[in-house]
Amino acid sequence: MTKLDTIKSREQRTGWILILPALILLLFVYGYPIARALWLSLFTQNLGTELKPVFSGLDNYIRMAGDGRFWQSFWITSVFTVVAVLLELLLGLGIALVLNERFRGRSLVRTAAIIPWALPTALIALAWAWIFNDQFGIVNDILLRLGLIKTGINWLGDPNLAMVSVIIADVWKTTPFISILLLAGLQSISPDLYEAHAIDGATPWQSFYKITLPLLMPQILIALLFRFAQSFGVFDLISVMTGGGPGGATEVVSLYIYATVMRYLDFGYGSALVVVTFLLLILAVAIASFLLSKIRKRLSGVA
Amino acid sequence: MTVITQERPKKEIKISWKKIFLFIAIILVLLFCLAPVLWQLLTSFKVNEDISAVPTVYFPTRFTLAHYIELFDRRPFLRYIFNSAFVSITSTLLALAIGAPAAYTLARLNIRGERPILASVLIVTLFPGILLFLGLLEIIQKLGLANNYLALIIPYTAINLPLTILVLRSFFEQLPKDLEDAAKVDGYNTWQMLIQILLPMTVPALVTTGILTFIAAWNEFIFALTFMTQENMKTIPVAAAQLGGASAFEIPYGPIAAATVLGTLPLVLLVLFFQRKIVQGLTAGAVKG
Repeated sequence: MTKLDTIKSREQRTGWILILPALILLLFVYGYPIARALWLSLFTQNLGTELKPVFSGLDNYIRMAGDGRFWQSFWITSVFTVVAVLLELLLGLGIALVLNERFRGRSLVRTAAIIPWALPTALIALAWAWIFNDQFGIVNDILLRLGLIKTGINWLGDPNLAMVSVIIADVWKTTPFISILLLAGLQSISPDLYEAHAIDGATPWQSFYKITLPLLMPQILIALLFRFAQSFGVFDLISVMTGGGPGGATEVVSLYIYATVMRYLDFGYGSALVVVTFLLLILAVAIASFLLSKIRKRLSGVA
Repeated sequence: MTVITQERPKKEIKISWKKIFLFIAIILVLLFCLAPVLWQLLTSFKVNEDISAVPTVYFPTRFTLAHYIELFDRRPFLRYIFNSAFVSITSTLLALAIGAPAAYTLARLNIRGERPILASVLIVTLFPGILLFLGLLEIIQKLGLANNYLALIIPYTAINLPLTILVLRSFFEQLPKDLEDAAKVDGYNTWQMLIQILLPMTVPALVTTGILTFIAAWNEFIFALTFMTQENMKTIPVAAAQLGGASAFEIPYGPIAAATVLGTLPLVLLVLFFQRKIVQGLTAGAVKG
């Protein structure tokens, strides 16, 4: 009994020694900044206070409630996230279904399909800004040649079209992530299920709705969760493509936070923005993981 | 008799329709994934007259390397490449060295508080950099680490830890436990067993994880933008993104395209060689969530 106890406690000690460096680093890089933002959000620290923190209670949060620019950026982020992630899901599912078929050169096509995911977002943003260039861009050239437009469109100079452009670039960049996850899900579905269903006289569409979609649901939700969080914090792509312009039309929350801190040097208010964004993210994650566990339970109940 | 001969061609047509549809879909997938990158590649080899030609000149009339040469002549592009490579490789190695032991603990050793630890590791994978840069900036300024490689190496190691831990944990869980028990019976203590027996077997999983963390570090933007302000300390994504801002009147499309190609090339090569490993790692890391 005592010997077992010492083995157990030795295992505990070894375990803690092995995990401690990782925990310290995570606390330092994730925990501290969040806690610090929480604390600093109760102070006014900007050019008005000569960058010295002055306690101001909930002033920053009250200011946020009436800050039109914050609410606008929040709205823009939501639109960007919802539209981009939905398009990515549809397209990603389509690509995963294609990559799941048998054909010659499949491995090469799969390789090509990962490439957008692996490339630096900032550089991809440069590539898409060039594609949407108002004077020499290839999109305008193709549309002109097809006779769909008479003069070149200023894609990144028009508020609505700039939004369309950054969404297209984001869809291109992150669809592969979703298709990789969904392809793994598709591969884990037994072909016997489809055969049995086909013998029962089901059409391919019916088996897609009855078998593929429900069994793919866990992967779809995981992909949605990851993409939702990443998309909500989108920075590189928009910062390089439009810088939040024109006239703030693509200024997402993260760009607003960055400008508040780095351009206006308003650290207190910037911290409050960080805190609220953090809480919204946690809320969304909680809802998504609740749904996920519910669906998992239902699936395991069926099996 | 007639019924049979009528049915046969019908079936063949059906099959070939499906094949044609699949073929078109494959072409579309390839076009979608590669066209934007190839367009940047083509642009990087064009002379300026071709780049600014209206209507667009699709294939270069004259092939030039001038934009690439300009990057190295007029800017410290070699230095950018070195910065990106050094920071990415170092933080990858550190993430593996710190993450692998942690993953082993979470997979095999029962420590108290395992569940909350795992849950926090899962949740922080979803935190975007914008939530962290302000707090980190303060620390970096206080420690005087701005424009020091450590200012990127430490955060990159940390942001890669969650994925490292998740992927390696799922690897350790798949290993047969008999192996470790046998080692213990043979008189190895935990440390000897970890280093002499487990570590060699972990190498493939370490490579998989290392590729993913290298890609993430190479691509990082917001920390590099904020913590590295000196020209000779910048990484490729930031340096390339700021090429356009250097001259207000004429945006250097050629050099920007060349910089994009150079900055993406190492990653394209990684994907070409390690496609299967990348997919494995990504799915292991995500599905465990």
